[in-house]
Amino acid sequence: MTNKDSKAASYPPPTPTAVSAPFWEAAQEERFVYQQCADCARAVFPPRAHCPHCWSQTLAWQESTGEGTIASFTVAHRPGHPAFAELAPFVLALIDVQDGFRLLSRLTQNPDAGLQVGDPVRLVWVASGDWKLPLFEPIPVDGGQ
Amino acid sequence: MSAGAIVGVGELAPQRYSAGVTTLSMLATAAIEATHDAGLSRGDIDGLLVGPQVGETPQHVPATVAEYLGLQPTMANVVDLGGATAAGMAWRAAAAIQAGMCQTVLCVLGNINERGRVPRSPNRNPIREFDVPFGASGANTSYAFLAQRHMARYGTTSAQLATAVVAQRENAQLNPKAIFHGTPLTVDDVLNSPFVVEPLRLLEIVMPCAGAAAFIVTSPERARDLRHRPVMISGAGEKITHRAMSQAPSLTSGPLKAAIASAYRQSGTGPADMDMLQLYDCYSIVIALTLEDAGVCPVGESGPWMVENDLTWRGPQPLNTHGGQLSFGQADLAGGMSHIVEAVHQLRHQAGERQIADARTALVTGNGATLSEATALVLQREDV
Ligand SMILES: [Zn+2]
Repeated sequence: MTNKDSKAASYPPPTPTAVSAPFWEAAQEERFVYQQCADCARAVFPPRAHCPHCWSQTLAWQESTGEGTIASFTVAHRPGHPAFAELAPFVLALIDVQDGFRLLSRLTQNPDAGLQVGDPVRLVWVASGDWKLPLFEPIPVDGGQ
Repeated sequence: MSAGAIVGVGELAPQRYSAGVTTLSMLATAAIEATHDAGLSRGDIDGLLVGPQVGETPQHVPATVAEYLGLQPTMANVVDLGGATAAGMAWRAAAAIQAGMCQTVLCVLGNINERGRVPRSPNRNPIREFDVPFGASGANTSYAFLAQRHMARYGTTSAQLATAVVAQRENAQLNPKAIFHGTPLTVDDVLNSPFVVEPLRLLEIVMPCAGAAAFIVTSPERARDLRHRPVMISGAGEKITHRAMSQAPSLTSGPLKAAIASAYRQSGTGPADMDMLQLYDCYSIVIALTLEDAGVCPVGESGPWMVENDLTWRGPQPLNTHGGQLSFGQADLAGGMSHIVEAVHQLRHQAGERQIADARTALVTGNGATLSEATALVLQREDV
């Protein structure tokens, strides 16, 4: 976790909707939740009012393991939003969470850490402005802490 | 089979920054040029397709543009497919004509780019909610994910991607309208430019600029009585799959694959029939992925293929003979129209120094958001 994350108050905050609010409420309690369809059992992310796979409107919140792999990544040298300029360069990644969904997040890792597509990662909670965000860190090959 | 023909084109030379003009005034200049190019006049235009959020107005865009141009169309609409908008307009225009809603459609796109203007999306959508707070604003990040994944899976290299950028820049040296006309480029130049979003560097990312373009579509029958040999829209395809990169069905292929297949099928053509490839090229990686999705080269082999083949106007299947967005310029959505305008010039055999021999068939693609919105056209010079 980087101290740089917590001091920048001008970071663009999440913009919860009535449907996605449970995700962000859980996140502030350091719980990483996603929706699962009661009919087809598939994971749904980002949150919505229906299942995009079968159009069922019965979805239930589940707690995620927060473990996954890097589907792809980039080292952002010139971020699109000025609030992130002082953080750059940093790593953004698409994470395939093992519960069956993909999300975009940031890695807490140094950009020079030799990341590869397919590397395993795990969730870490990091403050960004007034919000806690689910970021990720590579799982060391020996599996240790 | 053709439902419509492109009979007029107009295009402003892209400029890095605009001053003292409005988007509406640039649209008007391109529209008037296209109408005159067709040998038509204002009164002949009874259909209008425009892009979303034209500089001076976020809403009622068709009515605003119609009033500004002094048109009273019987069919007007916004086409909102990002970089896929222009090609999407072509088949929509033809379909509206076939449906009897109008006879001659003006398709027009453009944008100002004022120095110091900082665009900030006020959107409240899943990207704003789930991408931006993590530091992922704008398209660069998303295309970097695609490039990284292609490199990881197929061994594609930065030097290979740069080859296509350089070939297009060479084409641009024969196009006085290109924003990088007079500025040649080498692979080393690309590889020595700074990283913006690894693995993508500054010179493989499109530079925003100002400009506008327009084209006129009418029925094949009417087209034969006009000034130029018509360019037939002999096949079209479209597919939209997602908005946020995290929701893309694939990171190494896109909906262009289906859109291009549809355009081939409708026109009875295949990749080998294309005399030129006018491919949407906002980033180097998009060229590579589109070559694969178009079946021009095998899946995963675009990297070596781009190095082994001459993609300049001299080659057997030239890529973006006008320079592409990367070297001609991308004036917002009009950037995606530049490929159509160039194909029309080539198919009319009016492309000047960069004219390719006996050009008869062109593949044109459009790509919106991040391989999210896809449109493809097969355009053909009509046989005499
Ligand atoms: Zn379902």
